[in-house]
Amino acid sequence: MKELLNKGLSRQRRTQGILVLVALVAVLLLSKYFNLLPEFLDELPLHTEKSSIDVGYLEEASYDELVPVGTILDSAFYFLRDDLGVGIVTRFLSYDILKKLINIFDNILLGGGKGFGFGSPPWTTLLVIVLILGYALKGWRLALLSGGAVCYFAIFGLWQYAMETLSLLAAAVPVSILIGLVLGILCYRKKSVETMLMPILSVAQTMPHFAYLIPVVVFFGVGHQTGVIATIIFAAPPMVRLTLLGLQKVPPEILDAGRMSGCSKRQLLFRVQLPSARNEIMLGINQVIMQCLAMVVIAAFIGANGLGQRFLHKLISLKLGECVEIGFAIVLLAIVLDRLSRAWAEKKRDYTANLPFYRRYKYPILMVVLAVITYILSGYFPILDKIPRDLDITYAKGWWYLTDWVVINWGSSLKGLRYFVIVDILTPLRDALLYMPYSSVLLLVGGLGLLLGGYYSALLTLGFLVFIALSGWWDRAMITAYMVLFATFICIIVGIPLGIWSAMNERRARAALFWCDTFQTFPSFIYILPVIMLFQVNDFAAIMAVIVYAIIPSVRYTIEGLRNIPPELHEAVTMAGCNKRQRLFQLQLPVALPHIMLGVNQTIMFAFSMVIIAAFVGTIDLGQSIFKALSETAIGKGVTLGLCVSFLALTVDHLITRWAREQRRLLGQG
Amino acid sequence: MNSASSQPVIRCQSLYKVFGLSPGQLQFDNIGLIDRSFLDRKDAVIAVDNVSLDVGAGELLVVMGLSGSGKSTLVRCLSRLIEPTSGKVEIEGSDLLAMSEKKLIELRRNKMGMVFQNFALLPHRTVLENIAFPLQMRGMKRAKYVENAMKMIALVGLDGKENSFPRELSGGQQQRVGIARSLAVEPDIWFLDEPFSALDPLIRKEMQDEFMRLQSILKKTIVFITHDFDEALRLADRIAIMYHGNIEQIGSPEDIVLNPATDYVRKFTGDVPREKVLTAGSVMDDRKPEEELASRSVRINDRVGAIAEYVLGQPIPVPVVDMHDQLVGVLHQTKVLQILFPDKDIQTDS
Repeated sequence: MKELLNKGLSRQRRTQGILVLVALVAVLLLSKYFNLLPEFLDELPLHTEKSSIDVGYLEEASYDELVPVGTILDSAFYFLRDDLGVGIVTRFLSYDILKKLINIFDNILLGGGKGFGFGSPPWTTLLVIVLILGYALKGWRLALLSGGAVCYFAIFGLWQYAMETLSLLAAAVPVSILIGLVLGILCYRKKSVETMLMPILSVAQTMPHFAYLIPVVVFFGVGHQTGVIATIIFAAPPMVRLTLLGLQKVPPEILDAGRMSGCSKRQLLFRVQLPSARNEIMLGINQVIMQCLAMVVIAAFIGANGLGQRFLHKLISLKLGECVEIGFAIVLLAIVLDRLSRAWAEKKRDYTANLPFYRRYKYPILMVVLAVITYILSGYFPILDKIPRDLDITYAKGWWYLTDWVVINWGSSLKGLRYFVIVDILTPLRDALLYMPYSSVLLLVGGLGLLLGGYYSALLTLGFLVFIALSGWWDRAMITAYMVLFATFICIIVGIPLGIWSAMNERRARAALFWCDTFQTFPSFIYILPVIMLFQVNDFAAIMAVIVYAIIPSVRYTIEGLRNIPPELHEAVTMAGCNKRQRLFQLQLPVALPHIMLGVNQTIMFAFSMVIIAAFVGTIDLGQSIFKALSETAIGKGVTLGLCVSFLALTVDHLITRWAREQRRLLGQG
Repeated sequence: MNSASSQPVIRCQSLYKVFGLSPGQLQFDNIGLIDRSFLDRKDAVIAVDNVSLDVGAGELLVVMGLSGSGKSTLVRCLSRLIEPTSGKVEIEGSDLLAMSEKKLIELRRNKMGMVFQNFALLPHRTVLENIAFPLQMRGMKRAKYVENAMKMIALVGLDGKENSFPRELSGGQQQRVGIARSLAVEPDIWFLDEPFSALDPLIRKEMQDEFMRLQSILKKTIVFITHDFDEALRLADRIAIMYHGNIEQIGSPEDIVLNPATDYVRKFTGDVPREKVLTAGSVMDDRKPEEELASRSVRINDRVGAIAEYVLGQPIPVPVVDMHDQLVGVLHQTKVLQILFPDKDIQTDS
């Protein structure tokens, strides 16, 4: 009872605190309005030309560091590379080790190897291999899906690019998994490694993809293998986290059972802990594959070959139909790899069946035999080897017509919508955010930190913002923040009701989760396509891309949250005589709220990552500057900008997860 | 069943386990007891508090206590899954706590088996692979471990389930796998940590019977942990009752029911139906000279509950004989009535 009172009081006090905070911010804003706010509380002492914002551009000249963060980082990186000789090591890794690894896979998948003398494998050979693999692992559905993908690459003239991408993945995925596993295990064994690595991972996972590319280019040069390296680095963090999580989740009893079975430390790790953590590790591998595929397009910016490069070329020349064709190939590849790897993980073995050799290994034998047959046959029938590209089978034209049709028929209304949103919503919102004195933003965030998580949270979040302020990118950061805020707002008011509607019955929920899964496998760049088709290249298109991409977690977490409510609670409220609406508002939403908030948090994280990519179709925020830094290989500037985005995201992340954790505790959900 | 004459298989002396304290930090006062004020200051929790006990070969010792009493910690100290903070554990005369990692693994691979409350089956392995696991750790060849594991599967009655995964089995079946796994290395010492607590009452009864059947064949040295006093009474040769890390009392079931050493033990024994615990031998009297006895005798280890109907049907005392049919005492009707109705004031010597 006493404890309950305490919690109640602290809750009440928090409400009071928020009111005080809002009042303080209001005072700051009002005093600015009446010209009473001293200059040093209003604007950071930068040479920002406010007038330029009204035109819709922030000139590069307005960028001036309070503390030369970029320059310091610049010299630090170059000191590392040139004076400490790290550059020699990285170039050795890149050219002498990784390149050889990539060459091996290139030789197998693309032919032209010096040692082998084989050509690239005929498409029919790969087709029979994946057909049998799919069938052996799961059944005919998977076989058809994977076989279909192979046919798709072959028929639409994407064979070479698909094989290049596959070769890139074949090199990057295992390396990334290995790095993730090793670091994850180290974190598990040594608490100190964990405390050191986790903040780095947090920053790494919120850092925009493009900000990564710059240091990679500086240390490894430009080219295909640099793309592979960027991919490896980007894909490893989730693997580390999931490995650690999986190992920590192994029940202590299982460890005891392993020890009592006489496991040595090594046996315990490899035969008890890692296998027991398999769900998380498989999820990690899955994540690695997905992250690698997401990087396929992005790595093309620094010279990676394959489908991504092809996609980028077509996107830059606005050949959207071809883009769809290639984009679909990337998505297909993602889905097939995802399903195959999962099916492989779930495979059972039969120990006692005493089968003769040819029956135990019937699938591998069949695979080899058919592969050899198709290989030989393709020597006689070229169509089985390569489908000639001059046949020019494509459905890209169809997309052209569709786009044209959309522009002709809906063009004016879409334009009207766009105009309305930009002029009446986006611009005023952005101006409002830029109008806010920097001191009021700091006050708001620091205050929220203090109220939600105490002094530690306040210091952490303030630290993040102070970095942004000192780095001289405050205004652009505010523009990024406004886009994310707006996109998140739309995601919430659309996504959460959509989730609630989907969760109403079992079938709909399962279908919705399936689509969430599927859409999540799409590399983020793919989402740019439809919005360009509909809205051309501008702010509005960028925000639409962010919304479409970031809405997925809002829907998913809402469904999960609502459906994970224990059945006893449902029975209890049924017996209390609740109707549907009462059930939703009195039981489901309050209990699921912490989980839904985590979904909102994910939405915000997705939005941050997408908003930078969306800079590609025209924004004037941090993303645009990151692109510029990438083209100039300005490492210090690029990393500073990346950190700004990362810190913005981490600030929001910290506040929301703190809140959700507290709410969960209050609801007794552990 | 006890073979107290020979050296005990497990012997532990003044064993302490204090969580939140490293071994060097433990402080003792001048009579060898732990310095408790120090623990409070360090925010340390004492889980096993000065426990000493012996387990003889082939003996079934049940450690009984409620949750938080330290019984699970105790059994993990005996198997050195948890490093004791202080004290001594000997397994067949050799010092367990001084063993190197390698020796310890060797011991577990050959001498010890353990069954866990939540079964602790490896989720990625089939029934057969789970049972074969300790054998694989030893480096046994595939054909051999498959053969041995199949024997164990037959022993616990899971034939036909060898290729199932744990998730496909019922709780009772899963624990059978756990039992089979712990027995696969043919251990001499068998630890069971609340093996049947996670099971439904009917299944629990069935598994207890199964366990008794196995033990009658295998005759292992057993430390059995439970929080269920009925289970303890059913299975135990001796019971140790734990409370706050201490052993309150250790003795035979009858001993504990008849002579509870502390109030805490008395709380448990108060509701126990005595006729289910007490044997004829523990309540018989010496034969008075020329006392007239009933024609049919009862055995010294018969439970009172099982013979009450016969005894009460007789007008005169009933003779009690031992295993060799030697007369060792007589059983009076009043004694039986006292056991059946402990709250009634029954007049002796009618």
